[in-house]
Amino acid sequence: MYSKDGENYFIVDSHIHFWDGSPSNQRNRYGEGFTNCFFDYHRNLSPEEYVWSLEKFGRYTEQDLMTDLFQDGYVDTAIFQPTYLTDFYVNGFNTTERNGALVEKHPDKLIVNGAFDPRDGEGGLEALERLHERWNLKGVKLYTAEWKGESKGWKLSDPWAYRYLEKCQELGIRNIHVHKGPTIYPLNRDAFDVADVDDVATAFPELRFIIEHVGLPRLEDFCWIATQEPNVYGGLAVAMPFIHSRPRYFAQIIGELLYWLDDNRLTFASDYAIWHPKWLVEQFVDFQIPEDMQSEYGVLTTDVKKKILGLNAARLYDLEVPAGCGLSVPAEPVAGETVGAGPVPVAGQ
Amino acid sequence: MTTHAPARIDLAPAVWRALGSVRDPELDESITDLRFVQECAVAGDEVIVVLRLPTYFCAPNFAYLMVADAADAVRAVPGVRTARVTLADHFASDEINAGVAAGDGFSASFPGLADPDAVDLADLRLRFQRKAHAAAQELVADGLLRGGRTLDDLLATTLADLEETAALARLQRRRADLGLPADPSAPLLLETDGTPMRADGLPLKLRLARTTRVSIEGNGIFCRGLLATRYGERAVS
Repeated sequence: MYSKDGENYFIVDSHIHFWDGSPSNQRNRYGEGFTNCFFDYHRNLSPEEYVWSLEKFGRYTEQDLMTDLFQDGYVDTAIFQPTYLTDFYVNGFNTTERNGALVEKHPDKLIVNGAFDPRDGEGGLEALERLHERWNLKGVKLYTAEWKGESKGWKLSDPWAYRYLEKCQELGIRNIHVHKGPTIYPLNRDAFDVADVDDVATAFPELRFIIEHVGLPRLEDFCWIATQEPNVYGGLAVAMPFIHSRPRYFAQIIGELLYWLDDNRLTFASDYAIWHPKWLVEQFVDFQIPEDMQSEYGVLTTDVKKKILGLNAARLYDLEVPAGCGLSVPAEPVAGETVGAGPVPVAGQ
Repeated sequence: MTTHAPARIDLAPAVWRALGSVRDPELDESITDLRFVQECAVAGDEVIVVLRLPTYFCAPNFAYLMVADAADAVRAVPGVRTARVTLADHFASDEINAGVAAGDGFSASFPGLADPDAVDLADLRLRFQRKAHAAAQELVADGLLRGGRTLDDLLATTLADLEETAALARLQRRRADLGLPADPSAPLLLETDGTPMRADGLPLKLRLARTTRVSIEGNGIFCRGLLATRYGERAVS
């Protein structure tokens, strides 16, 4: 819970990790490159006092995580989004099992999501069932750019991916988090494309597709799809930290998202340990669209901030919101809403 | 071997100008402005260029386009006899450098990992050229709307009606890339296929173009920040 100026904010950090990206776990130069890549994100956008050493960033402790999120960071509930990357890391980068061990110790604070890879075929379907049995999954995290031997990625619209999504639907795993962020692979094929989200969002209306990193670097493609598919959501991991060093750009991103989607379909995330939630929460609550941009983007109300910081994710994960947070959990968006959440403001009209 | 220019003429400025014509397809900015050129060494009629990118995992398709475009641009400078353009510090450096040196094309450089019909990444390039055009067009239109023009005014506006601004020059270059009409009599508002836009659906089209512009500009901000984090703030000589 975060309180400021008499308002209480229920905080759900909907994208966190407990990874091991340290040299001892790096399988090859790709693992090293991946850890360094994340570390550059961390150094580039964090306030100076929140920047770690590469050593700590590669392998932080359970205590670091608990302190940063729940003692210092105001987080009420945090959701692990695993990223296996077993071609890059000996024991995987950030697995359901490693995350889940913490969840067993702190079930009141942490949620763990599973993952699947359609290239695992029938055996993977069974593995998903076992993961679900053990962890009672409400969500999965998908990483379509993951390498697997000769294959450098897959698409949500692949026939086997359909089988897995059908299995999720059958098991009641409704929250499908998909990484659509800075590209890795597979080369030209779907490196930048969120079109496969469009495809499956239509085919699986019961599932919710939470697009992590709101499609950055292709925000416009994400917005265009999300505006037509009511079961597509935007996860703000990676977009949030611009609030510190690039507040006007952050205002533009949030403004665009609120225009094309609405305030019920955006979820706060720190991407911990890439960024620390404490300063993100503080700065977001204090944030306002700059005055000269308000004619274009309006203002961020306290209610909108409450929804983004926690209430929207609380709805997706059936979390109980304590009394005194000032706003009831918003309703789930329904099909049939029109393209563009609001009137079309262009200058001169 | 004869050269077209005496060896004494310093080709470096012309080589640098040529590199300045190469753009990151997604960021729609020149690789020299973006500081992606790590090294540019000219010795007589031989040129060595090394490019670098904001992260180790930058998309290999964009990386390939930039390295290949830079090699083409430098080789086209009169007087240049040999040019070796390589990419440093990237997970696919070896494949990209070998492919560009041999003129193999993208898919041949990554056997089995790229669609065979993506030989020169023409579709990818076209897609981002269209986005760049939409964004540049919206920038000019937005300026006019803020100045009090209406959407109907815009539909009747030709390039000749506009002041010569940097935004207009940018739009004309993006038109030239796509082979769209860029002469003074051409309408300001064109669809991606070159036909004049109509009133129907115009506000939504302009709104999406603005989102595209926000996205392109933001990517540039992010990549500049990451590059500075990765390589330090010092300027490239």
